[in-house]
Amino acid sequence: MQIYGTDITSRLLLGTAQYPSPAILAEAVRASRTEIITVSLRRETADGSGTGFWEHLRQTGCRILPNTAGCHSVQEAVTTARMARELFDTPWIKLEVIGHCDTLQPDVFGLVEAARILSADGFQVFPYTTDDLVVGEKLLEAGCEVLMPWGAPIGSGQGLRTPDALQTMRAHFPEVPLIVDAGIGRPSDAAQAMELGMDAVLLNTAVAKAGDPAGMARAMAMAIAAGRAGYKADPMERRDMAVPSTPVLGMAEFA
Amino acid sequence: MITIAGAGLAGLACAFELAQRGAAVTVYERGEIPGDSSVARFAGGMLAPWCERESAEEQVITLGSRASDWWSKITPVHRRGTLVVAPARDRAELTRFARRTSGHRCVDAAEISTMEPALARRFAQGLFFAGEAHLDPRRALRDLSAKVQAMGAQIRYGTPAPTRVTLDCTGMTAPLPGLRPVRGEMAVLHCPDVDISRTLRLLHPRMPLYLVPRGDGHFMIGATMIESSSDRPVTLRSLSELLNAAFTLHPAFAEASVAETGAGLRPAFADNLPRLTEQDGTLYLNGLYRHGFLLAPAMAQQAAARLIPETTDEDHRERQTA
Repeated sequence: MQIYGTDITSRLLLGTAQYPSPAILAEAVRASRTEIITVSLRRETADGSGTGFWEHLRQTGCRILPNTAGCHSVQEAVTTARMARELFDTPWIKLEVIGHCDTLQPDVFGLVEAARILSADGFQVFPYTTDDLVVGEKLLEAGCEVLMPWGAPIGSGQGLRTPDALQTMRAHFPEVPLIVDAGIGRPSDAAQAMELGMDAVLLNTAVAKAGDPAGMARAMAMAIAAGRAGYKADPMERRDMAVPSTPVLGMAEFA
Repeated sequence: MITIAGAGLAGLACAFELAQRGAAVTVYERGEIPGDSSVARFAGGMLAPWCERESAEEQVITLGSRASDWWSKITPVHRRGTLVVAPARDRAELTRFARRTSGHRCVDAAEISTMEPALARRFAQGLFFAGEAHLDPRRALRDLSAKVQAMGAQIRYGTPAPTRVTLDCTGMTAPLPGLRPVRGEMAVLHCPDVDISRTLRLLHPRMPLYLVPRGDGHFMIGATMIESSSDRPVTLRSLSELLNAAFTLHPAFAEASVAETGAGLRPAFADNLPRLTEQDGTLYLNGLYRHGFLLAPAMAQQAAARLIPETTDEDHRERQTA
């Protein structure tokens, strides 16, 4: 998989918030074999002299994808993105512009505007969006080369609420890397996303808040690999009637 | 002579343990006023190893379960347990918390209202951790400082430590590799209308809250956990989340005065557990993270044992017969 010209082998992107400790986070990163970890930036994380936490993140050896989590306006997101570029020395930015406090769903209007500003400024934007096709098109027009539709609200662990819409998105954007971001709760959710043809999955809470984060990270990686392999193997279509898998021909006749 | 840098929680606890083993101790503290430069003054003062185990390693229990006994020799310890509740919408959080912890029992609405009448009819279910306790951190720091001095240890306030000390307990200012700050923000509410006698924890997926009664209608609420080295005052975002959570606990808090807000940096290692490390001939006790009052006693005992190995029974007998 290539994103912004970078080759990526692991199809699991891992968030770094809410782990019991940086030591457990590092263990989960190792177990997941991820190559990309996200880190959220808040104003107070930047006005100190950098934090020891970032040092722990750098030590994982992963590529860092800073994000604008918690930003509720275009201005805030753009400022945070610029801060992140300086701090982490990367043009990558996961762009979140939150539109609703309770569901944390993206403000897609603000998102497109911020994506346009940041792309023009040389950023490589990973937009956290909905499964709306028109918004997806506008984001591509704004300069994005990857789309990150939600599976369900952030941190809810509900799994994919609209798998059909994601499938439609896959069909509509056959060449654009699609990463399901948010809503994954269990390995089966991640496998389902991959079976639908998504290119990768980004998750955080499902691993961070599991009783055994490293164990869950490993399980997610296996589910993602299985889902991807299943997608590539071209699964059979569903039928609404049973079809015996043993041929009737050649059965013994008792008469 | 044993010299200690830092008269915060760790330094004082070590001074106590060392003085008890008969050592001559001098503690150097750059702050002028006792406790004033210690981040422990912003602590909740919860002695809650079983609740903490939800997100911490097993050592919080093995090292912390006797903290209440240790502190009760020094300062008033309120052995009232911890009551954990969750809003109806977040009942699943209670189930998860129960699964990840031990030392609790389920309580229903009736029992909650008997334990804390102020919470009557507010929560249908809760968890009660009977073995837990709380103390007043600032009083505890004062009492510990007084106790240590009464035992003969010297505390030199307003005096920087010499370049070489036996034991370094200077928290975030210590030059230790891997030590990182975790910012915490808290507030103190004054609300004589609400009578709550024990530590409460409100589980919430976004803003979990604890409330510790300080007496006289004062309640400490906390605390955020932010990976940051900034010690600027509490942010509006954090404060509004803390206050909203307090309001969820009881609507009467809407009329509370916000008597104080505070922000401090907890020193922590990668595993969020405290550590004794030796570096250039100095022993360092650091990384107490959010478990200062809980783990300082056990860590101070370990530090003292390293510096003054206790005489074994055999040594003792040999000396008697000699």
